[in-house]
This record gives sequence, C-alpha cells and structure tokens, in this order.
Amino acid sequence: MSAPVLEMRGIVKRYGANVVLRGVDLTVDAHEVVVLVGASGSGKSTLLKTANLLERIDDGQILLAGTDISDPRVDADAVRARIGVVFQHYNLFPHLNVLDNVTLALRQVHRVPRSEADARGIVLLERIGLAGHARSYPDRLSGGQQQRVAIVRAIATNPELLLLDEITSALDPQLVGEVLDLVRELKGAGSTILMATHEIGFARQVADRVVFLHQGLVGEQGTAEQVLDRPHQLATRSSSPASCAERRGRRGGCRQRAAPIANLTLWAGFRPLGNNCAMPRR
Amino acid sequence: MKADEPDVTGVSDLERGRRAFRRGRATRSVLISLGSTLVFAVVIGFVLLNSPGWAVTRETFFNPEYFVAALPAVFDGLLLNIRVLLMAVGGVAALAVVLAGLRSLRGPVFFPLRFLAAAYTDLFRGMPFLIVLYLIGFGIPALGFTTSIIPVALLGTVALILTYSAYVAEVLRAGIEAVHPSQRLAARSLGLSHYASLRLVVLPQAIRKVTPALMNDFVSMQKDVGLISVLGAVDAVRAAQIQVATTYNFTAYVVAGLMFVALSWPFIRFTDALTARQQAREQIGGLV
Repeated sequence: MSAPVLEMRGIVKRYGANVVLRGVDLTVDAHEVVVLVGASGSGKSTLLKTANLLERIDDGQILLAGTDISDPRVDADAVRARIGVVFQHYNLFPHLNVLDNVTLALRQVHRVPRSEADARGIVLLERIGLAGHARSYPDRLSGGQQQRVAIVRAIATNPELLLLDEITSALDPQLVGEVLDLVRELKGAGSTILMATHEIGFARQVADRVVFLHQGLVGEQGTAEQVLDRPHQLATRSSSPASCAERRGRRGGCRQRAAPIANLTLWAGFRPLGNNCAMPRR
Repeated sequence: MKADEPDVTGVSDLERGRRAFRRGRATRSVLISLGSTLVFAVVIGFVLLNSPGWAVTRETFFNPEYFVAALPAVFDGLLLNIRVLLMAVGGVAALAVVLAGLRSLRGPVFFPLRFLAAAYTDLFRGMPFLIVLYLIGFGIPALGFTTSIIPVALLGTVALILTYSAYVAEVLRAGIEAVHPSQRLAARSLGLSHYASLRLVVLPQAIRKVTPALMNDFVSMQKDVGLISVLGAVDAVRAAQIQVATTYNFTAYVVAGLMFVALSWPFIRFTDALTARQQAREQIGGLV
C-alpha cells in the first residue's frame, strides 16, 4: 500500500503559553476528502498552516507522500509548491490580472513558458466560466468569483494536496453555492483535499471522513454520519451541529437531515444560522 | 448642449430636476473660481507694481535682455543636471531596493545585515546633504586612489545616491510593511521563495502605495542636483551664478529657477496620471 498523501503525527503547536494543538494525529489518503470541523479556536486553521509549513510545529512529525517535511533540512519552498492552498479571504494579488494570478506559480515556480502557462490558465478559467474576465483585475469580481479564481490558482500547478481554509466563510449563501460546486467538481476529479469548514451540510456531502477537532485534539473522526449525526464523545455531542430540523421551523429551504443532538448555546462558536444549512443550487 | 451630455429622453422628471440642479451648481462654482482668481491676481499685481522698489526689482530680476542672454549658458548647465540626475536615479533605485530588502529580512541570521542597513539609513538621513557633498567631493579625491582628476559631477552623483537612497529606502520599507501579510502568505504558499515573493508580489504593491512619496523624493532630488555647483561643477545654478557675477543682474537665477520647475513639472503630472490610471484599473471607486 502506498504512503498516505499527508500524515501528521502528534502535532503540537504553541503560541507562547497558549497551546493550540496538543498532539494531533491525522492522515489524508490519496483521492480522499477530509473535512476538519470544530469550534472557532479549536485549531483547524493552525493545523492547515502547519501542514503547509507556514507555521513551524513545536513537536510531532509531518509526512508528505512518505517524506518527512518537518525536517529543517527540507526545502520548504519546494514542499509548498506541491501543496495548493485556498484562504478564507481569497488573497488574490490585486496588482495582477486574473490570468496572471492563476499562472504566477506556473511561470515563476515551475518555470513553464508564458504561452503554455497562459493556455493552461485560460482552460482553467473557462472551466469556472471566468475566461471572459482573464484580463480583469480581482477587485472587479464578486467574492464568489474571486474565491473560484483563488481555487483555480491553487490547482493550476496540479498540487498533490489541496488545503482549503474556511473558503466560504466570507461569502453570502448564494456565492457559497458556486464555490462549493467547484470543490465538489474537484472531488469528482479525484483531488486529495483537506478542508476546514463551518459548512456542516457541505461536509456531509463531500467528506469521505470528518475529523472533529476539540481544544487542540482530534475529538472524534469517521464518516460524516458517525461524527455529525451519531457522535459518541461528549465533546462532539456538546458542540455538534445545531439541528437543522429546529431551523427548518424558522427558515425555509433547509434540506438537511436533523442532527439528533442539538445544543445551540455551545454551538455558538460555529457560524451563525444560515450557511450551515444553506446549500443553494444543489 | 455638449456632445457627451447624457441622453435625457426617457428619464424621469425627478432625475431631470436633479441634473439641472447639479449643472447649475457646476456653473456657479466655475464662475466663483474664475472671479476669485481674477481678484487675487489683481491684488498681487497692484501690490507689486506699487511697491517703492518695483522699477529696480523688475530691472534686476526680470530683465528680458539678460533673460535671453542667460538662456544658452544656463540651459547647457541644466543638461549636466539632467545627466547627473538620471545616473543618480538609477543608483538610488537600486541601492534603496537593496536596503529596504535587507531591512525586511527576518530571522536572527540576518541581524548584521539588518543592523547595517538601519545604521546606513540613520546616518545618511541625519547628515545634511551639503556636508555629504563636501565629504565626498573633497574626501574621495584626497584618498588619492587615482592620479587623474575625478570629475566633480561624478562625485556629486555619488553623494546624491548615498543621501537619497537612505530616504527612498525608508519610503519603500514603509510601503513593504503596508502590504498585508496575507499577500506574502499567499505568495509563499504557491511555492515562491522569500526573494521571489518580495519581487513579484510585495514590492509591486508596495511601490504603488508609496508612489506619491517616491515622486516627492524625486522632485526634491531634482532640485538638490543643483547643489553640486558647490563642488565647482558648471551646472544650471553655477552657470547662472557666473552670469550674475559678470552682469550684476539676477535675471539668470530666475531663468535657472524656471528651468528647474519646467524640468519637474512633467514628472509630477505624469505620476499623478499614472496613479489615477492604476487606481481606476485595480480598485472599485464610488462617489467619494
């Protein structure tokens, strides 16, 4: 059996006295979509940053396709070039047009000739319906469009692993739909994805495995059904997603199955009502 | 009615009324500004023309004959200024980017470089340019590296580069720090090295943010080029001085002054236009 794409063993991360990760073990196999859930501050974003070497771990080991990338002798830039990242706030480069944003890594890191990189960029932009905006600057696009460009920028170099860090948190429900459609497409294409999200409804649909982080530890993991609907551990239960059934009473259009255990007060760390259930254009 | 006036057919009476009101306001403000400018000019003219020494002042500072006579020599001098300026701008740009880059390095390994860059900018921002000019202009030849004479224009250029790169480096550093850290994060996560992300992502945005400040330094440098005359270089200022010394008439200084203004004006307008274009392209604006 081949090595998993990403293997994190006993990851510890401290910010001063604040211990954010207390020994997280996590594996992402090839073509697997792993969804990290957990309240704000549970360490989801930090874990993603350490996986990409944007944060240095304080203990543990990270293996990318079997190679130890937490070894300081490893070329961090080369490692990052193999991993695609999409951020919550898109982080497109405002001084470059859409096409140049998408092709920057191809040209500058992978040394693909300009014409070839542009051709590939246009193909990718066509796939998300934004080829007409290739020469536009990012500020001219809607949030959803910008985030789709950011996703395409991350996958332009065919990364082995895609890290998505709450990519829909800054978008309104309608734009969330168009971004998530794209993620679903990537899953269909066989991408290996590790994503942190508050979109519980979406997690149910795409996750091969849901990992519940609680206070810097893996609280529980398994299929979406196991973790979100029938949580065994108290921590998972106490902060498991609010019942959609409850919300269905108040706002229409929520098509989620009800989670059996609901605790709205503890769930407050997650996104407020709305995006968790809203899945337009399904 | 102007050709580019929007078509008002099919517009509600309400909107038509608003447009008429705005047009009225625009006409009124144009009239007011015309009137106030005229009044201001008349007052200034009146005060000048009625000052007791106006006749003498006009003769010594604004004499048309001396004006024309001073033109060729001062213009020749100005060409030297322009040459020195162009060389110095290249040097300043290169040195300032390096200094700003050094100061933005992280990690204890780079402490000596950071420290040196900081010491350099502190030193040359603190030292008056005239002193730097004297130290370089008379100090370097005194070292006696060559037996031939080093052109004073070259020494002046070196002094300009030393002083202005310190200022420009600080402006650039402010620009680099004003670029949001998430931009660097995004660049690095694409696999770009520290240097590549600085060059391709951070610096282009930093320079845009500080363009007005950079142009300010550039215009200021344009004028300070005139100070190389203290080393004996025959630039525009020196040429004017020579003219004044032989004619006892100050018109040549006015000629030189106007030439410096004429030199900087296109650059100032050009940057304003450039900045406006970039903003229109990359940022969504509103009424305010």
